[in-house]
Amino acid sequence: MSARELFTFRNTYFSIGVGVAAGVFALAAITGFVLLPRLQPELKYADLWDAFCSAAGLPRRSVSSGEIPKSPHRLSEAVLTPTTLARPTQESIGRGATLAQRCAICHGPTGISRADSPNLAGQYASVIYKELLDFRSGARTNAVMSPFAANLSDQDIKDLAAYYAYLPRLPAYHPQEQLPRPRVVIYGAPMRGIAPCGSCHGSLDNKAGSPWLEGQSEAYLKAQLQAFAAGQRTNDISQQMRNVARALTSQEIDQAAAYYASQPPDIIKTTD
Amino acid sequence: MLVNRKLILAHFWLAFVVFGLALCLGAWQMFVRSPLYTWISNPEWYYRSLTAHGTVMGYVFPTLVAMGFGYAITESALQQRLVGVRWAWAGFWLIVIGAIMAMVPVALGRASVLYTFYPPLIGNAFYYIGVVLVVVGSWIWVALMSINLRVWRRAHPGEPVPLAMFANVAGSYLWAWTAVGAALELLLQIIPVALGLKTTIDAGLARVFFSWTLHAIVYFWLIPTYIAYYTIVPRAIGGRLYSDTMARLSFILFLVVAMPIGIHHTFADPQVGAGFKFIHSTFTALVALPTLLTVFTICASVEIAARLRGGRGALGWIRALPWQNPIMLAVAFSFVMLGFGGAGGLINMSYQLDTTIHNTQWITGHFHLIFGGAIVIMYFAIAYDLWPHLTGRALPNLALARTQLWLWFIGMIVTTFPWHWVGILGMPRRMAYYDYSNPAIAPEALYVSLSAFGALILLISGLLFLFILARAHAQPATEAGEYRFSMPVHPVRSVPLALNSFGIWVALMIGLTVTNYGYPILMLAARQDTSVPAVYVGAQ
Ligand code: HEC
Ligand code: HEC
Ligand code: HEM
Ligand SMILES: [Cu+2]
Repeated sequence: MSARELFTFRNTYFSIGVGVAAGVFALAAITGFVLLPRLQPELKYADLWDAFCSAAGLPRRSVSSGEIPKSPHRLSEAVLTPTTLARPTQESIGRGATLAQRCAICHGPTGISRADSPNLAGQYASVIYKELLDFRSGARTNAVMSPFAANLSDQDIKDLAAYYAYLPRLPAYHPQEQLPRPRVVIYGAPMRGIAPCGSCHGSLDNKAGSPWLEGQSEAYLKAQLQAFAAGQRTNDISQQMRNVARALTSQEIDQAAAYYASQPPDIIKTTD
Repeated sequence: MLVNRKLILAHFWLAFVVFGLALCLGAWQMFVRSPLYTWISNPEWYYRSLTAHGTVMGYVFPTLVAMGFGYAITESALQQRLVGVRWAWAGFWLIVIGAIMAMVPVALGRASVLYTFYPPLIGNAFYYIGVVLVVVGSWIWVALMSINLRVWRRAHPGEPVPLAMFANVAGSYLWAWTAVGAALELLLQIIPVALGLKTTIDAGLARVFFSWTLHAIVYFWLIPTYIAYYTIVPRAIGGRLYSDTMARLSFILFLVVAMPIGIHHTFADPQVGAGFKFIHSTFTALVALPTLLTVFTICASVEIAARLRGGRGALGWIRALPWQNPIMLAVAFSFVMLGFGGAGGLINMSYQLDTTIHNTQWITGHFHLIFGGAIVIMYFAIAYDLWPHLTGRALPNLALARTQLWLWFIGMIVTTFPWHWVGILGMPRRMAYYDYSNPAIAPEALYVSLSAFGALILLISGLLFLFILARAHAQPATEAGEYRFSMPVHPVRSVPLALNSFGIWVALMIGLTVTNYGYPILMLAARQDTSVPAVYVGAQ
């Protein structure tokens, strides 16, 4: 078989094949890049070239080009890579333990709070890490807590995360009778776009950055949910938690907070 | 002349066993997300199952069928021993290893990313590496098909390549090229992130690469079915192929226009320009052509068979067809499903209509009808037709085979018609849970239950199929004779060089890929600001 016999316009198959392909391409290109943009005056192209670039997929400045509206709040700038918190050393945990002495008045000497501050013992390292970064940057604020994060270095924060994640999950100080799971925790509310709480928070699956909630104080949980719903707490990336909280009824907030507060933290059975 | 029967049987058996397993998962998925079951309480299980089902049904099963059938065609159509048997086994084992490697992390819940990969979601690296091994194993097959054809050509200079082999090699070239898109996505983008070498990924570019594979892979699944239409059906029902040239043209058209149209899978994506979307939809319209040619040619061939059997009248000949023959039954069912599925496809390919059904259950209903229905029922037919020649034993019971095909057909209609319908009502796909007690979706409950019932019928049919194949091995030995393909009405003495070789058509396939994909890919690859952080499955 010789290529010269095949790839020549004397070969009708070749000329028809190439001709039709090129013809269809040219027609489609003219229609898609020139004609169709013209037929859509509402798209407001400056000129032919502008329309052409848009059809090719080049990003254009939007018509109402101006400043991107700035969020009134600081947003989280925390970045977590697979190596950030990987394999903490004994020294790191030890340094964390020393630093944590400052925190014990509120979060308890064993990481279990006697007041309504959150329990930290056995919390996911990524959560401690992210929340401390957010407190430090101002993305999350709390009059009581923020000052303690203000002067932590990056290394301090990693060490504290390693230390608290290393502590065993102990029962909370306010043990109650275990409540049955409310509907919103197991099923979410699909029609309102609420995934089950447990699909992020650890009883079904854990999504990075979502704390486990079992055994936290009811007042704390409720306050956080209300803060998310009201837009006072805005450090959740991509509004993951605000979207959920805004769609919750106040009754669901009460139920979820009471349920999680009544659970012992050692039932969390996820990947770690 | 089927010499390497063990090789061929190994491919078919592995294909059908994994098919059986994935079928169970499919039926389970259907059941647990229907109102017939409360709720598995952990969506993770659903996505685990879905990833396994999609990966097996989309990658492993059809690839193995195409390979096994390809080896059978090589030996029987070319009448020569397969060259490179050791390589063929190596390819087979690569697929076994790849499939196991991919399925272990999926089973452990470390790679619930679905078979379309869904970047920036990133699972365990072994899942992707396993998929790559499956593809590499199939590339060995591509090379062997090409080499075997070359060996034959040297011995038969100037002679027309038998149609079955021509189509088979066209399919293998199409697969070789279309798999490149997903391979680039995996090797350049996903695997480095899965291994932790990078932490960001350009998900838009990844989707464009995947679309490169996603359309033509459908035609790769389909080619064994089309080969069976042209080269098995007319012979099996005692007729002749209406036109050999028409058949060649169809396969050539698939080769050329299946590739430059994949962007119709990214109609809703912002990173691709509307101009390129339009070019791809225009070429998509062309891809209906080979299917229309095929429907025409096969109907004509079937009519020839009917008239040879004494059929008369404008439509009266249909009664004269050998309806007792499983192949006849299969092709009729396949055409009905192809007709409905094709009509649905016209909706998917049009930019505006697509927006109403994008990412709804319509899509899953559609591809189950076409792929699970029209295509897979012909895989069954191929197996029934080849089995006596591979095992040296007759099929145990044709009535059982007919029942199995009827069940598959009925099951597929009962499953997919309501499936399409709930899609039109707006039910999204790929969700583990639907709250049917909510008044807004309560009306869908009935149809989803119907679908789940259809799935049960399909499951029974699939298991029956495996049972028939297994039972055949225990039948008394018989001589099945030479394995032959259909003869055309007019014997083929010579074929124009262009229709007897692939040079022009492969060049056009690659050329159109460059024109239709080159700019969108280069633009995204060159930009620095298009990457997003990866989201690791099960990351802490
Ligand atoms: C004076 C009391 C106090 C001290 C001391 C204190 N915290 Fe806190 N911490 C709080 C309170 C109260 C909250 C809850 C803030 C809110 O409601 O938004 C909190 C929240 C946190 C959280 C977020 C937990 C979650 O689940 O979202 C982390 C992490 C944390 N503190 C770590 C520390 C560390 C580390 C130290 C020591 C360096 C420390 N805290 C010292 C009171 C304190
Ligand atoms: C899509 C995943 C997701 C779902 C679903 C979800 N959450 Fe969250 N939630 C988060 C993330 C992420 C955070 C941490 C936000 C941050 O500070 O970065 C969070 C934080 C919280 C907090 C604050 C905890 C603390 O110590 O800081 C509470 C309380 C909470 N969620 C309750 C709920 C409840 C109740 C539900 C179910 C109604 C729910 N969440 C559903 C992702 C989710
Ligand atoms: C008993 C028969 C079958 C049933 C009940 C079934 C069921 C399902 C279900 C429920 C889904 C998930 C849909 C969603 O949630 O989006 C699915 C996906 C899929 N099925 Fe099937 N299936 C069956 C047979 C087949 C066959 C025969 C094939 C192809 C050979 C196939 C290929 C696929 C593919 C490729 C997917 C896509 C997976 C994904 O969306 O990630 N299925 N199937
Ligand atoms: Cu497609």
